[in-house]
Amino acid sequence: MATSASSRAAGVRRILLGMKWQRRLGHALAHLVLICFSILLMIPFAWTISTSLKEYKDIFTWPPEWIPNPIRWQNYPEALSVLPFGRFAVNTAYIVAAGVLGTVLSSSLVAFGFARLRFPGRELLFLVMLATMMLPGVVTLIPVFVLFRYLGWVNTPLPLIVPHYFGGGAFNIFLLRQYFSSIPLEMDDAGRIDGCSNFGLYWRIIVPQSANALAIVAIFTFMGMYHDFMGPLLYLKDLNQYTLAVGLNFFRGLAGTWGQTYYHWLMAASTVTMIPPLLIFFFAQRYFIQGIVITGIKG
Amino acid sequence: MATAGAQRGLVRAHGWARPKLSMSQREAIDGFICISPWLLGLLVFTLGPFVVSFVLSFFRWNMIRPPVFVGVANYRELFTDQFVRYATKATVYYAGLSVPAGLLGGLAVALLMNLNLRGQSIYRTLIYSPAVVSGVATAMLWIWLLDAEAGLINSALRTIGIRGPAWLADERWAVPSLVLVNLWGVGGGMLVLLGALQNVPTTLYDAAKVDGAGAFRRFWHVTVPMISPILLFNLVTGFIGAMQAFTNAYVMTSGGPHYATMFYVLYLYRSAFVDFRMGYASALAWLLFIIIMALTLVILRSSTVWVYYEGLRVGTARRRGG
Repeated sequence: MATSASSRAAGVRRILLGMKWQRRLGHALAHLVLICFSILLMIPFAWTISTSLKEYKDIFTWPPEWIPNPIRWQNYPEALSVLPFGRFAVNTAYIVAAGVLGTVLSSSLVAFGFARLRFPGRELLFLVMLATMMLPGVVTLIPVFVLFRYLGWVNTPLPLIVPHYFGGGAFNIFLLRQYFSSIPLEMDDAGRIDGCSNFGLYWRIIVPQSANALAIVAIFTFMGMYHDFMGPLLYLKDLNQYTLAVGLNFFRGLAGTWGQTYYHWLMAASTVTMIPPLLIFFFAQRYFIQGIVITGIKG
Repeated sequence: MATAGAQRGLVRAHGWARPKLSMSQREAIDGFICISPWLLGLLVFTLGPFVVSFVLSFFRWNMIRPPVFVGVANYRELFTDQFVRYATKATVYYAGLSVPAGLLGGLAVALLMNLNLRGQSIYRTLIYSPAVVSGVATAMLWIWLLDAEAGLINSALRTIGIRGPAWLADERWAVPSLVLVNLWGVGGGMLVLLGALQNVPTTLYDAAKVDGAGAFRRFWHVTVPMISPILLFNLVTGFIGAMQAFTNAYVMTSGGPHYATMFYVLYLYRSAFVDFRMGYASALAWLLFIIIMALTLVILRSSTVWVYYEGLRVGTARRRGG
């Protein structure tokens, strides 16, 4: 009796132990795959930075020197002084800052309207807004260009900024509306009793409690605008108006096309262009993940 | 009509109509004020241009001389223009390759990440960071990596005795190369799907385990149905985006070699802003719109078979009281 019970217990322990080892083995394999995959994804970065610090004659040697010898820091000032990259950076910062501000202000106001105020046709209009997410942007491209041309805004940053003040994009409105809906309604009632108007509720109750969600919208908008290529390509004709994206593309034309390309300069300029979004990502990672969870849960 | 309804509700609520604005009327007015930026934007930047582009597609217009009505001539030209054929083929090929590859790749990585391994946040940072730098800089970096002679990829292949293709300069490899560039940013899809995976209730897995389901069946019968709405959403938005791919083809290949990467929007851009054929480009835009809508409809139709909506009714029935 006692022996059979203890042997049964031993058997159970053996099975559990087996499962534990199986689990450990599985995790080790997963680690291995993820490490290899991460390294694979990091190679392009390493290669870019490595090339950007080489002398021209060294960039074609094989096997490659991952740590250049000698390290040629001058590539950076040389590459960045061929074109007014400082000017491009200022233009980009101006356009992105103005656009992000517009998006955050207008999308939060619209989302507040949809989430907290009752008005006839609200559900229908919200559906219309969701439907516009499916509309391919290219259908409106030409008339919008004609409109801005008629307004005399071509070759100014206005076409890249002003639309952000008109709702700030269906996706952002949707994201904020979901977030605002999760704030308890009692907050509004308390505010109303204290004499808040509807706009007071927006500004004093909803906005202060939604700093995270607004940060998410700001970051996603930053990324979209920073990388935007077609917009600046269409609207900015003057070199002095260029953003980094179109400036870098123009620089590539100077650094060579198919024949001889001065990759060390091209990679130096590319590296500098990649730094702002990477910095923002590293410092604001938490918001990225949160943003995806909010839209993931409720979407 | 809608205001009449509100009025009736008001009368019912208070027993009489107040001469001054009631709270709910005030709320309705403020509600419209709040959404007015979007409403205005909808008219000026979306619906208006949507209609205008349809009208423009029946005209010939180079933005200098006044537009000339040409009937359906632009649409007739679409079907004889060989570049439309090239462009549609290249674009559908690219979308058909890059969207499933991105989704499946993202799902595979997300499943590994969902094991809650140690150092998960480090992996997440590393795998997501390429998705953050997308854009022209990424294009530059890949032009260099994919360089036919001295690029890292072909140099590495040469050391193991393989003569790599010319990638961006090879007609057959140009589109797969652009798909590869896109796949570098697989971390974007990974993060979305990881969020979805983490929202699957563990009780479902426990129940499946009790019923004797192995790892694969748990994946197929629990994980897949539970994340299918998010898979669908990403499939549709990814597809609409891929059908409008532009930047990488413009920067990396200029549509070549031999029109292999002449994506639809790139051709449209050239028709409008290089050849200044605004009417024809508008017709191109409408054809693309129809193609995208038709293919999206096919995806959505198929989704009734494979997408599972949990608590759909609960979600739509809930409303704010009052």
